[in-house]
Amino acid sequence: MDTIQNSRKVISILVDNKPNTLARISSLVGRRNYNIETITASETHMPGVTLITLVVTDTDPDVLDQIVAHIEKLEPVREVHVMDSTGGLYRELLLLKVIVDKDARSSLVEIAEVYRAKIIDLSRSSMIIELTGEPSKLDGFMDLMSEYELVEVCRTGVTGMNRGM
Amino acid sequence: MLLSGAQIVMEELLAHGVDTVFGYPGGAALDLYDALYEYSDRINNVMTAHEQGASHAADGYARSGGKTGVVIATSGPGATNLVTGIATAWMDSTPLVAITANVASHLIGRDAFQEIYITGITMPITKHNFQVSDASEISDVIRDAFRIAHSGRKGPVLVDITKDATIAKVEYEPRKPMDLPAPLCIDASEAEKVAALINEAQRPLFYCGGGVIASDATDWIRRIAAKADIPVCHSMMGAGVMPHDDPLNLGMVGMHGTVAANRAADECDLLLAVGVRFPDRVALSPKKFAPKAKIVHIDADRSELNKNVKVDMAIRCDILQAMEMLHEGVAEASHPVWMAKLADWKAVCSRDCPEGDGLDPCSLIAKISELSGPDAIYVTDVGQHQMWAAQHVHHNEPKHFITSGGLGTMGFGYGAAIGAKLANPGKRVVHLTGDGSFHMNFNEGCTAAKYKLPIITVLFNNRVLGMVYQWQTQFYGGRYSATEPERLTDFPKLAEALGVKGYAASTLEEFEACYRKALEEEGPVWIDCAIDRHIRVLPMIPGGGTVEDMITE
Repeated sequence: MDTIQNSRKVISILVDNKPNTLARISSLVGRRNYNIETITASETHMPGVTLITLVVTDTDPDVLDQIVAHIEKLEPVREVHVMDSTGGLYRELLLLKVIVDKDARSSLVEIAEVYRAKIIDLSRSSMIIELTGEPSKLDGFMDLMSEYELVEVCRTGVTGMNRGM
Repeated sequence: MLLSGAQIVMEELLAHGVDTVFGYPGGAALDLYDALYEYSDRINNVMTAHEQGASHAADGYARSGGKTGVVIATSGPGATNLVTGIATAWMDSTPLVAITANVASHLIGRDAFQEIYITGITMPITKHNFQVSDASEISDVIRDAFRIAHSGRKGPVLVDITKDATIAKVEYEPRKPMDLPAPLCIDASEAEKVAALINEAQRPLFYCGGGVIASDATDWIRRIAAKADIPVCHSMMGAGVMPHDDPLNLGMVGMHGTVAANRAADECDLLLAVGVRFPDRVALSPKKFAPKAKIVHIDADRSELNKNVKVDMAIRCDILQAMEMLHEGVAEASHPVWMAKLADWKAVCSRDCPEGDGLDPCSLIAKISELSGPDAIYVTDVGQHQMWAAQHVHHNEPKHFITSGGLGTMGFGYGAAIGAKLANPGKRVVHLTGDGSFHMNFNEGCTAAKYKLPIITVLFNNRVLGMVYQWQTQFYGGRYSATEPERLTDFPKLAEALGVKGYAASTLEEFEACYRKALEEEGPVWIDCAIDRHIRVLPMIPGGGTVEDMITE
């Protein structure tokens, strides 16, 4: 199972898309000394409504409850909830640029296949790999990649959705 | 009708019942002030010496009068000078609308003259803030600002308007102010549970704070206390929740609280915490606070519940309505054993004031209370004098003790006293301050003089920064670092220079004579009272300690 259950919690926040909303949330998190791992903001199907997803490393229920209670008070916030650990689906996207030589190329292609990652750019000396999945899968992939000479890595941060209705 | 953005601001202020604003003009605020000129027959602009004074005045006006305070400042330094005042209001949940002008919208982000990102700066110290650069949004935003400031747990809101938006003319239709959201009622089953806990308790105790005062629930607390025989202690912000001489009144709890209140918190079997935050100045050791009690916490703000102290029952609801329901549910009771214990603790009087004819803080406050009448409003600055006032002033009514509790803002007092006097022209306003605090804000003497406000300032002058000095004595081996400023300020002369009457007193008889004269004055008076720098605020529980660590002599 994925590591979200064990060491992280995902908080999903629906907000009105008003100026400074992301800044208000990150300011609050900073001020209250909560530890966040990632924060993402994205459009939703509702016009003027944005989804902000926070991944926090505090999993103490009292701390989580405090985070939710404080976020709830912000004026542009419509809805906040801590996502279900087991019923939730979480995805993150990773882009990675790695130096390739003849020897490395085939082993990288193999690893990419195992992870169902896509090679989206290939040149004589480098390769860009795209991988989508649960954060734990990305972590595992990164672990293998540590043996190679990496040029650049970026991860989007987690977004998630509860299963069913 | 076609109005400028600035005129719309005035119309909305009027629509929200505002007849007094505190503020200071400036370049970006020229059009706001031009509109104030036009509306000066309906809106009184009280101009202070400094924007900080204006922000505290708006705060004192709101705390003592119950209405939302309004402060206006220009961009840049005008706006940043409000920051301490807004933060003070934020920490003590005062409803405040701060209106700042900003540079024209085409200059925003270009570091223009007197441009500052005040919405960014005030983000963590406001309930919400707005930046408006379109005149057609001003009406909605001001309405929202008043709604937010005054609903739920009250607090400050900032509205920043670009200069071009104050100039632009748009269509304006007057509307009634927005309805405040209906108060969140306590669940009937929860109210029953709390009532049952009260009815079972042998040693119940109320711990009341600013939330009780803000929600006008004082009467209900008094009624429940009387009906179910529950003693009441209060945080500093809760001063006035009980009449001074009520046998159920234990006084203030916490670091400088009474022996009885702190002992009661330690021994009670049920703590009814209403409108409080369990801050580090009350629950000094959060895990050991009220260790024998079931704790019920009732507050309008869910984020206060289980924040500092983990409680047994946390209820988010409107306090007034909850107390009304609780009153219904509790049974008449008496707790003679508990009361006898409390009486013993109440008999332990702890103070550091010397006996005799000299001028000391305790007899000064007793004399002031005696001469000022029961309905006087006391406004303090921050430090030893504030604690002495919290302990010894005869608090009888809510909204009569105006003090910076959460932020502890030295320099709050004079501005706040000006606001309190304007909100309560018929009441005596007494400003209690120390020489440290007063050096931060005495400039507002010019304001009190100009508006002929008969505010009496009693200066507890021990020529040291007393509270820090006390800690240095107690915990730093008498190493008085930067607490003996050795200033040469002659306060009576300074008073005269500002247009204020100035007196000095070094005995209680002299003080009484000055104070009696001051009561007859039509304008402000300062009385400089020389007190001994070694007098401490007692009792005291050191930070992180419990009642067992209480210093009483």
